[in-house]
Amino acid sequence: MATANAELDTFPRLLLHHASVRGDRPAIREKDLGIWHTWTWRQVFAEVRTLAGGLAELGFGRGDHLGIVGANRPRLYFAMMAAQALGGIPVPLYQDAVAAEMVFPLDNAEVRVAVVEDQEQLDKLLSILDSCPRLEHIVYDDPRGLRHYTAPQLMSFERLQELGRERAATRHLEDEIERCLPTDTAALFYTSGTTGDPKGVVLTHQALIRAGRADIDMERLTDAEEVLAYLPPAWIGQNMFSYVQAMIAGYCVSCPESADTVMLDMREIGPTYFFAPPAVLEGMLTRVVIRMADAGWVKRRLFDGFMALARRVGARLLAGAGGIGWGERLLYALGDLLVYGPLRNALGMSRVRVAYTAGEAIGPDLFVFYRSIGINLKQLYGSTETSVFVCVQRDGQVKPDTAGPPVDGVEVKIADNGEVLVRSPGLFVEYFKNPAATAEVKDAEGWFHTGDAGFIDDAGHLRIIDRARDVGRLADGTLFAPKYLENKLKFFPYIKEAVTFGDGRPYVAAMVNIDVAAVGDWAERRNLPYSGYTDLAAKEAVYELVRDCIDKVNRDLAADAKLAGARIARFVVLTKELDADDGELTRSRKVRRRIIAAKYQKIIDAVYSSQDSVEFEAQVRFEDGRTGRARADVRIWEVRRE
Amino acid sequence: MTGRSTGAPILAVEDISLAFGGLRALAQVSFDVREHEVRAIIGPNGAGKSSMLNVINGVYRPQAGAVTYLGRRRDHMEPYEAARLGIARTFQGLALFKGMTVLENIMTGRALLMRSGMLAQALWLGPGEREEIAHRQRVEQIIDFLEIQAHRRTPVGRLPYGLQKRVDLGRALAMEPKLLLLDEPMAGMNVEEKQDMCRFVLDVNDEYGTTIVLIEHDMSVVMDISDRVVVLDYGLKIADGTPDEVRNDPRVIEAYLGVKH
Amino acid sequence: MTRRIGIVVLLALLAAGLVAPVVLGAAPGGFYIEVLLGGLMAGVLYSLVALGFVLIYKASGVFNFAQGAMVLFAALSMARMGEVMPIWASLVLTFGIMVVLAVLIERLVLRPLVNQEGVTLLMATLGIAYFLDGFGQTIWGSDIYKLDLGISKEPALILENVFEGGILVSREDVVAAATATVLVTFLALFFRRTAVGRALRAVADDQQAAQSVGVPLNRIWTIVWSVAGVVALVAGMVWGSKLGVQFSISTVALKSLPVVFLGGLTSVTGAIVGGLIIGVGEKMAAVFLGPWMAATFGVAGGGIEDWFAYVLALVFMLFRPEGLFGEVRIDRV
Repeated sequence: MATANAELDTFPRLLLHHASVRGDRPAIREKDLGIWHTWTWRQVFAEVRTLAGGLAELGFGRGDHLGIVGANRPRLYFAMMAAQALGGIPVPLYQDAVAAEMVFPLDNAEVRVAVVEDQEQLDKLLSILDSCPRLEHIVYDDPRGLRHYTAPQLMSFERLQELGRERAATRHLEDEIERCLPTDTAALFYTSGTTGDPKGVVLTHQALIRAGRADIDMERLTDAEEVLAYLPPAWIGQNMFSYVQAMIAGYCVSCPESADTVMLDMREIGPTYFFAPPAVLEGMLTRVVIRMADAGWVKRRLFDGFMALARRVGARLLAGAGGIGWGERLLYALGDLLVYGPLRNALGMSRVRVAYTAGEAIGPDLFVFYRSIGINLKQLYGSTETSVFVCVQRDGQVKPDTAGPPVDGVEVKIADNGEVLVRSPGLFVEYFKNPAATAEVKDAEGWFHTGDAGFIDDAGHLRIIDRARDVGRLADGTLFAPKYLENKLKFFPYIKEAVTFGDGRPYVAAMVNIDVAAVGDWAERRNLPYSGYTDLAAKEAVYELVRDCIDKVNRDLAADAKLAGARIARFVVLTKELDADDGELTRSRKVRRRIIAAKYQKIIDAVYSSQDSVEFEAQVRFEDGRTGRARADVRIWEVRRE
Repeated sequence: MTGRSTGAPILAVEDISLAFGGLRALAQVSFDVREHEVRAIIGPNGAGKSSMLNVINGVYRPQAGAVTYLGRRRDHMEPYEAARLGIARTFQGLALFKGMTVLENIMTGRALLMRSGMLAQALWLGPGEREEIAHRQRVEQIIDFLEIQAHRRTPVGRLPYGLQKRVDLGRALAMEPKLLLLDEPMAGMNVEEKQDMCRFVLDVNDEYGTTIVLIEHDMSVVMDISDRVVVLDYGLKIADGTPDEVRNDPRVIEAYLGVKH
Repeated sequence: MTRRIGIVVLLALLAAGLVAPVVLGAAPGGFYIEVLLGGLMAGVLYSLVALGFVLIYKASGVFNFAQGAMVLFAALSMARMGEVMPIWASLVLTFGIMVVLAVLIERLVLRPLVNQEGVTLLMATLGIAYFLDGFGQTIWGSDIYKLDLGISKEPALILENVFEGGILVSREDVVAAATATVLVTFLALFFRRTAVGRALRAVADDQQAAQSVGVPLNRIWTIVWSVAGVVALVAGMVWGSKLGVQFSISTVALKSLPVVFLGGLTSVTGAIVGGLIIGVGEKMAAVFLGPWMAATFGVAGGGIEDWFAYVLALVFMLFRPEGLFGEVRIDRV
């Protein structure tokens, strides 16, 4: 399916199409009171019809924005469809945002009507009514706890559909759908910038549909796919997999019972097409590891043994590589029966055919773990502005550190400063009511400046190395990507934080925080007594441990022509942990490079001199708010050069 | 609390006295509970709060006094009879069926309401099956209400304490009680868990119209969610009234609030 | 995954034990299968007694030592009354006797001891066991009695064209196995699905809480003991008709102790599977392991049936202390 049908170029037309072609096939499922309820495409269309009628009665029409706040619920998806069918624009908002964060988008998009999931979301909107005077109607899905609410803006979902019944009996909706153009705006996604107000990314029907369809064709997705929608629908990633592509391919999307039940629901649904950011994959793996640590020794030994085998051959087997002996193939098959299969089942991934990860850098160990137990996990690169798909790893050509080649129809080029530029049919039109921001990232030739630095390797795969503005050059002009190095360091369990320096310097230096739990455990196992972080960080053995990690990173780099020059030459293990309370990290634990550079100036100067230690006194803030000073000798080590 | 209307008394205890081998637990305690209200019993440790609940649901037999429930004297109920008459309770420590899952625990609350024959139940014959489904549906609503969907099949022993307390409440709710006795529902909880539990208690009262008698230690909790409060001290009732009245009663301040708790 | 590996290991062990005699060439096919069937049959008997243990333990936490004595008492009653009336009438009457007996035990002994320590209750059931053993003989006599269920004693010969000489199967055994299957199916459904079954499990777990949801404790215990009495009757009937009714039934019944520990004290399934494993295991060991030991080590090689079951149970308990199907109690600290 999914052949480029010229007629099917807007979401409402796709909906009409599915309702007539596969009217009895499941479109959306939701688990409620322990039972999965299914809506067929025909039923979905019927729901959307009355809903659109109701919205029209409220005066909602072409070009209007419909606020949508909540988790993945069928009715919220119906609301998106209904808004689009009327020529309106759904604006999904993050359900976990606090009320104040909702003011800007609601105001910016001039939202008059909002559909919310439940009391929690409703309370937020009611609390900001004063700041959003345009908001006239709030429609709620779940009435629980709302019996005593009297706000005049309120209306239940059922009531709204009731309002729309009369109009639903006419050809009103068909006429509206007819008027919808592929170049009309289909959705507005607000991205949270690291600075300033969020920006509303304007995406048209044709942009979303073309981007989604290119990937569907590439992966040969059909209407038989199963997808579990468990991430915020306001995030383009979730929206692409559970709305855009479902509307194109006609597959069924399931909504979990609650945020806590996702893993269980996954096992019941058995998705075939799956998407997860690295943090989610990490969380799932942690659960498995904890369960194994609690298991008896027979099981643990079996698990450890077969996982070692999987690391050796699993990923290569999945890639269809040769050179694996029959003995190991047979063992792997046995492992599949005893360990990998049950493991995939426990993860709810028994039926996964295509799994994607994106959003941030994924640790190679984590990535290889999933592939080695036979899950076809692949990386992709994209953003809201590009309707997700820029690059996707192809089956059989998966490398842990690239995002794969560009998807059909997408042009990628690297600017002189190393920034990745993208031009594609899926590109956004503009940032809503923000021409200045639009002009900053979209040039006259239509290239979108992603803000990421990267390069295209010999095989034509895109590799992202850093945020463009952080990339610098060593004194001799060698490319230096601090975050790339830091991520590589942080993938080691022993290293918790790392900050690298090198812009305008003769070589790269690293400041490292060890992970006190992991290194402490390591120290205990070799009977190394220590009294706390500071003590541990100063130990020679720990320095050796960290140096080994850096060695490995350097060796990785050596294999890479573009980055080989930026090997880490010297390092220190900081005797103080970087802390958000001291302003060294953001609340989401990102390093504040400039603040750290200023604060640790003395150490940095020493690292770039010939000293092999430096006395350093740092100001620290204690838990009770007092500040004090901690003095320590910090040793500076060379990293072996090959 | 505003917005709730309370009705006629459904329970009255009069001059209840209870002693264990000469040790006085309750002395001539009287109070009533009106339909739909949240009634709190507070007091320092050893004031006789739990004994009072145990008298109401028939675990203890008072030496003197009368218990009138639903308009009839019922001084000598067995606990299971109390249950049959619509009195459900939760426990201070946990008294869950540890070998069972969350779902099974809550289903036990429906055991009384099963009507079909044993054979029909065992073989899921027509009426048995229909009944099972109806009960399961009700239990599922409670699971949804208490937001424990993720733990249906989890043996309760494996749940953290706060969730076990919810299951305890769920089992009591499954009985569709007229009168719900909560024995320190927030004991041992952190602030967040307490807030959740308060919300559940108020929602139960609001959505199901259940009359609630609760014992609590934490004064702030009690004042927030109760309509009327009885204060016990060493087995004696020393005050009875709205939270505001009780809060300002000098005897209460002396016996309870005066002592830093 | 946990379950799967456990079961894979178990199956591997069993298969190895089962196949060993054939592989080692110790047994011709027909004989081997006869031994196997004999073992299964003994296993069914163990299972039936074990079921009684499990039922009472599950519902009241009492380890009822008197279960074996109840089996003997039932068999004796039925055999002796069967001498003066039709066997079906004797069955019905014995049924009544067992229910009355169970109710009396519960009323007169266990109810007054409610909330006492587990050891006290265990002692009480030991007392009941010795009382019943003796009292049964006081009333019914202490000889060996025949219990005739009217099933032909003529064994059936099957699979004649597969094995030379065919395989002998006792018709009684087939009837016994069928009876046991029906009983077990009913019990499983009863426990899992009926309100009374749920109430039984609730009482076993927490009596106070069970009362608070409206379960009348005394009635539940009466029901459990009655059911255990009926199970004892079935076991006694099957066993008595096969081996004759005699005092040794009471002691042989104690063989079901390793069965319940192997299968798990709280699991009906465990009682069945455990019984079969031990039945087959000990027959195989007696027939094949004994002579092999005699030949290899020069020991006598007898008496294996006496200890094999206990060793097997011990080995399993090392790996799964809760038994094969028992509940793992996880209490948060």
